[in-house]
Amino acid sequence: MIAEIGHYALVLALGLALIQAFVPLVGTRLRDDTLIGVAGPTALAQFGFVAVSFAALTTTYVASDFSVLNVFENSHSAMPLVYKFTSVWGNHEGSMLLWVLILALFGALVAACGGNLPATLKANVLAVQSWIAAAFYLFILGSSNPFLRIPQAPFEGRDLNPILQDLGLAIHPPLLYLGYVGFSISFSFAIAALIEGRIDAAWARWVRPWTLAAWMCLTLGIAMGSYWAYYELGWGGFWFWDPVENASLMPWIAGTALLHSAVVMEKRNALKVWTILLSILTFSLSLIGTFLVRSGVLTSVHTFASDPARGVFILAILVFFIGGALALYAWRAPSLKQGGLFAPISREGALVFNNLFLTVACATVFVGTLYPLALEAMTGEKISVGAPFFNLTFGPLFVPLLLLAPLGPMMAWKRGDLLGVAQRVIGAAGLAIIAIAATFALTSGGPVLAPFGIGLAVFSMAGALTDLTERLALFKGSFATTLARARGLPRSVWGTGVAHFGLGVSLLGIVCASTWGTERIVSLKPGASVSLSSYDLTFDGMVERQGGNYRELIARFTVRQGAGVVGTMEPAKRSFQTRQMSTTEAALLTRGFSQLYLSLGDPEPDGAIAVRVYHKPLVLLIWLGALVMFIGGALSLSDRRLRIGAPKPAARPADKPSMQPAE
Amino acid sequence: MTRKQRRLVLIGGSLGVLALAAVLVLTALKDSIVFFNSPSDVVEKNLQPGSRIRLGGLVKPGSLERGEQLAVRFEVTDGNRAIAVRYQGILPDLFREGQGVIAEGTIESGGGFKADSVLAKHDEKYMPKEVADALKKQGHWKEEAGAKTGAKK
Repeated sequence: MIAEIGHYALVLALGLALIQAFVPLVGTRLRDDTLIGVAGPTALAQFGFVAVSFAALTTTYVASDFSVLNVFENSHSAMPLVYKFTSVWGNHEGSMLLWVLILALFGALVAACGGNLPATLKANVLAVQSWIAAAFYLFILGSSNPFLRIPQAPFEGRDLNPILQDLGLAIHPPLLYLGYVGFSISFSFAIAALIEGRIDAAWARWVRPWTLAAWMCLTLGIAMGSYWAYYELGWGGFWFWDPVENASLMPWIAGTALLHSAVVMEKRNALKVWTILLSILTFSLSLIGTFLVRSGVLTSVHTFASDPARGVFILAILVFFIGGALALYAWRAPSLKQGGLFAPISREGALVFNNLFLTVACATVFVGTLYPLALEAMTGEKISVGAPFFNLTFGPLFVPLLLLAPLGPMMAWKRGDLLGVAQRVIGAAGLAIIAIAATFALTSGGPVLAPFGIGLAVFSMAGALTDLTERLALFKGSFATTLARARGLPRSVWGTGVAHFGLGVSLLGIVCASTWGTERIVSLKPGASVSLSSYDLTFDGMVERQGGNYRELIARFTVRQGAGVVGTMEPAKRSFQTRQMSTTEAALLTRGFSQLYLSLGDPEPDGAIAVRVYHKPLVLLIWLGALVMFIGGALSLSDRRLRIGAPKPAARPADKPSMQPAE
Repeated sequence: MTRKQRRLVLIGGSLGVLALAAVLVLTALKDSIVFFNSPSDVVEKNLQPGSRIRLGGLVKPGSLERGEQLAVRFEVTDGNRAIAVRYQGILPDLFREGQGVIAEGTIESGGGFKADSVLAKHDEKYMPKEVADALKKQGHWKEEAGAKTGAKK
């Protein structure tokens, strides 16, 4: 019964979505307020029905109702309760339901919080949003229905893929989807602006918080996924340039570019046409990501099932939205008014530079990800494009970005003073040079470029701090003035500084962990020990333990540094009966920002076991940096200007008395 | 500067960066991509020792030998030809005889293969797509062993 309720709720949501997709558009054409007013309530109701549908699926999972095919294939009654919840989206059908849930949530949020939007713009945005929603409801109902029943219910389910039975997975997909799908809002705003043929600085101010929120979630989602891959897949890598990872990286890069170009549009009313294009491209990359992951074109741990019909369906959605949006853009964009002028050396110029490099870097990732598919389709040759390709293309393109990141925020709008700005970063540059020299002096081995990477990271961090300290008059004025300035400084300025600082933190982690990380693979008998970096690990023995739906073999290690014991590590091998699969559970020992990483290989007949030990210096900084960027985003999002909302676009002077305060 | 000049600067700059990216991409594509080959391909294409490839197929049943210091040796077959693979390290959790595998490394003189990484399939349903295609080409594809998944029964 519950599954059927979920199914019908989804059908009703589709019905509402179709109404919401057409009625407001007609309303804005006819200037009929009743029809325009339909958009808001339908968006809220649509979200309500999708939520009911999602709750119904969750209920069947929690109750282990194996008469539902989807539950039977992906759940097990002995699984811990938390994984019964997470397995709702640990499969293709359920994860698509989560996708539309978040899509509907964003629609409802625009309807609920968009009180200060002009009525027609809001109606158009919600209509476009509903087009996307309707397409995906059709996709789910037509080819990925999670509510199908099995005539004769089996007693036990087939269990969730053991690799996915992990807490990291509980948070990773929802965050990632909040990011992916969140960009649909800026897409809908862009299309609505093209439909209305009118766009101004206020538009950018409305779009920016949504883009920022989506970007923040995507940042955390990618970091979460990378950390999950790091500890769960057992090879200690944090980024594999796997097509599925690239699928999430591309919208992130484009979204970052969009955030920056929207600033120019908001402050200077320039780059309008480009910002619209970026909004379209960012969400298009999200759709392409969904297509790559969901269609089974690529095989990876994320591809739950490959069914050609689904691939074709998503491809059709992709072609319709991307093609349609770009065609509309080509048709309407030339009629949008030109923006303001600015000199190449200016804050705007720096942001254009940022956009140029970000989009080109994004394009290289795009080429690297899709080239193998294209080549195979055309010539039948199969190739793999891996880390070397991306290090050679993406890396060099990111260097100028990082070099300029501290300079940009110091530049004045309209016409900047490069020399003045350069003088202000002399301190940061000096620190960077000291860092490079120190790294060369203190380390041996590793690529020559690594110390420069450290220097670049130090430059980014110090540069971001320089800008903040100057604005606060820290060290110059009294403590009281600094405090007063800190309070008066717009949160968005704080946000920029913190996020740019986070970029440096991540880079530092990436450079250190990948350059000076050490690794040993050895076979150990009980009592034997292995030393790595300054640590000694002694293998104490093996223990067996029975978990809920698995058995695990735990190896106990004592870790010593010098004479003192610093901790114990218990890596394990779990074997899952139902799927006859085993997983390796790595053990991590955190020391400051560095980690020891231990994962098991196969036990040998003589009682020895193969182990992989890594020492990863400063590896935690990689994800902490992402967290810092997230905090920067949150600070910027809490800016008074965005909370209070945009001012009404200036009406023609004739209608207004001359009492308007100057902006 | 006039609007036109500024636009020229912008367009020029963009083209410059794009050209730089294109050069980077083309060099990288020339040097850093790895071709996938089945054991039959290796023989038919007469690949030279030292060339770096991904070798994919099934682990030949009974061919796995473990040596000292985590050294392993196994054969990768596509039904027609088999190539001996040497590897030192820990095999993935899902490495099993008779199952699909991809080994990345270089061809040695004498027809062997030295792998520096070995990838196995992700679960019992999944076969690396390249391997599945190669097996289909060789006519050794068994539907029940392959990537037959999906919710439809």
